[in-house]
Amino acid sequence: MPAAAVAWKAVLAGTPEQAPNYKLSDHWWGMLIDVPKCIGCGNCVRACQAENDVPDGYFRTWVERYHVEDENMTNPEVISPDGGKEGFPVAKEDAGKYFFVPKMCNHCTDSPCTQVCPVGATFVTPDGVVLIDQKYCLGCAYCVQACPYGCRYIHPEKKVADKCTLCYHRITKGLTTACCENCPTGARQLVDLKNPKDPIHEFLKTHPVQVLKPQMATGAKAYYNGLDGSVR
Amino acid sequence: MMCDLAMFLGEQVKVMNGVEGFMYPNEIGLQWSVLIVLYPFITGLVAGAFILASLERVFRVEAVKPTYRLALLTALSFLIVAPLPLQLHLGHPERSPEMYFTPHSTSAMAMFGYVYLWYLMAVLVFEIWLDYRRDIVLLSQSTKGPVQWIYKVMTLGSDNISPRSLHIDEKVGWIVTLIGIPSAFLLHGYVGFIFGSIKANPWWSSPLMPVVFIFSAMVSGIAGVMLIYMAMTKLRGQKIDIRCVDTIAMYLFYIFIIDFSLEMLDLIHRIYEADESFRSLNFMVHTKLYVPHIVIQILLGTLTPLILLFITQLVKLPEQVRKRMYVTAGSLALVGIFAMRWNVVIGGQLFSKSFLGYTTYKMALVTKEGSLVAAGLTVLPLFILWALVKLLPPWTAEHVRQATTGD
Repeated sequence: MPAAAVAWKAVLAGTPEQAPNYKLSDHWWGMLIDVPKCIGCGNCVRACQAENDVPDGYFRTWVERYHVEDENMTNPEVISPDGGKEGFPVAKEDAGKYFFVPKMCNHCTDSPCTQVCPVGATFVTPDGVVLIDQKYCLGCAYCVQACPYGCRYIHPEKKVADKCTLCYHRITKGLTTACCENCPTGARQLVDLKNPKDPIHEFLKTHPVQVLKPQMATGAKAYYNGLDGSVR
Repeated sequence: MMCDLAMFLGEQVKVMNGVEGFMYPNEIGLQWSVLIVLYPFITGLVAGAFILASLERVFRVEAVKPTYRLALLTALSFLIVAPLPLQLHLGHPERSPEMYFTPHSTSAMAMFGYVYLWYLMAVLVFEIWLDYRRDIVLLSQSTKGPVQWIYKVMTLGSDNISPRSLHIDEKVGWIVTLIGIPSAFLLHGYVGFIFGSIKANPWWSSPLMPVVFIFSAMVSGIAGVMLIYMAMTKLRGQKIDIRCVDTIAMYLFYIFIIDFSLEMLDLIHRIYEADESFRSLNFMVHTKLYVPHIVIQILLGTLTPLILLFITQLVKLPEQVRKRMYVTAGSLALVGIFAMRWNVVIGGQLFSKSFLGYTTYKMALVTKEGSLVAAGLTVLPLFILWALVKLLPPWTAEHVRQATTGD
């Protein structure tokens, strides 16, 4: 039986802590975001907030809606009302194209946030997830400044840095993330780059996949399929 | 319908919250407040004051001698306060010692504690002690009661003030000042590097940032000490040494020119290169940052004092007029350098990293990071300086001599 199935069995039995032995060195996690599949329903944002107790007004993940008019690619109109949690207002029927772009921590291999943390409270795990030790974080916000993607914030009550953990408490038990699990169209997929059987390998070979802001050279592991050039 | 209404209201709130265009949702509130503006402003004053002191000690510019000790005490007063804004800003200030015990080697900020301690203890306090040792020993002999004990402790048991011993003090002090010059550059260049090394923020990310910070630090420190010297001399009813302030003003003018040239180089480079961030930055400079950047920093805080100082270099004006011009130029220079720190720290957070929108900074009044606390921290070094001047009068040499010889 595959590890995920064994884990799921343990979860169903109400004993997720007894999930099969998880080897850090066997995994290298990332996320595939299939832009054309996203319908902007906000399920992922709501699921993330419920799963991770995200404070109001802050976001571990959010969805943006781009409206790009012809010949005006560099000046798109972007909205993300309340992080897209409750969906989006009806689009106007005019020129140009509309599309949704889910955003989250890119779990960068060479993450600038990790580089600048003065005490090493934020770190990259051996299985490729950027995490924060909140019992160690000073709350200086240098990492918030260093993140090119705006994924971090200072938790208003805990007074420490906070962000997407890629649902580390779930993926180490063989489950997928809350956002992936609740996406109705499969626009978000948790991927394990060290697993040779993961379909991501075939997907990366056959699709025009990009990362956000490649010029930042952060080694981002949120892979976007069908990403429009206007997306920032 | 309800959903649409809620979203409409949500958009209204965003507009009311001072957001224009699109910000990433976590970017709307600023992370670094006016306290982080104060941090480079205060450390700049420290570094600049020390450089002024080194003019006399290392480069033998005798004319500025009346300000030598005052410059050192000013640097110490401001250095004592420098970490306070950072401490107050931290979410968990009680964890800050971790920066000393478990520093993260790749972090620019992690070095703060070491750079600070090095500069405080190995450079500034040591140099002041060496320079004042003779006075401290004499004061420990001429005073009575608890004050005497304070001076006795301050001698650290070293009460030999023979000519040979003082000669050694002089030699060691010279070496410490020599080490102090690159240390002052390190202290403030490092502060500039904290901002300049953030590639995510195009307003900050520039290799020129540490250099600009160093020269602007010298401008603020020299202007600050000049003003403090003039004010203190006036308060003491003494005559201002015009040759001294003339010389300081000359150095201030030349260093100001270098500082302004570097800032203009940075600006021209950005305008000419016009990369993807330029539209955002250009918009900001013409709107939200127009008053603090163009009006206060450049016109009022840089060009006006430069013109005033230029006139004093060009025309031989009466002494009284020169003094007034120096006071005006020095005060405006301080305003300009504060505005520069403001524009870097606050300005760098007003635009979205998506380059598609802008937010607004609202400074609270009585919160932990509010304007009252900031004002308190700005004047606190002056109180410390007052206490230090009482304890270690910069002009003590004559007084001590008089006290000990009974003249």
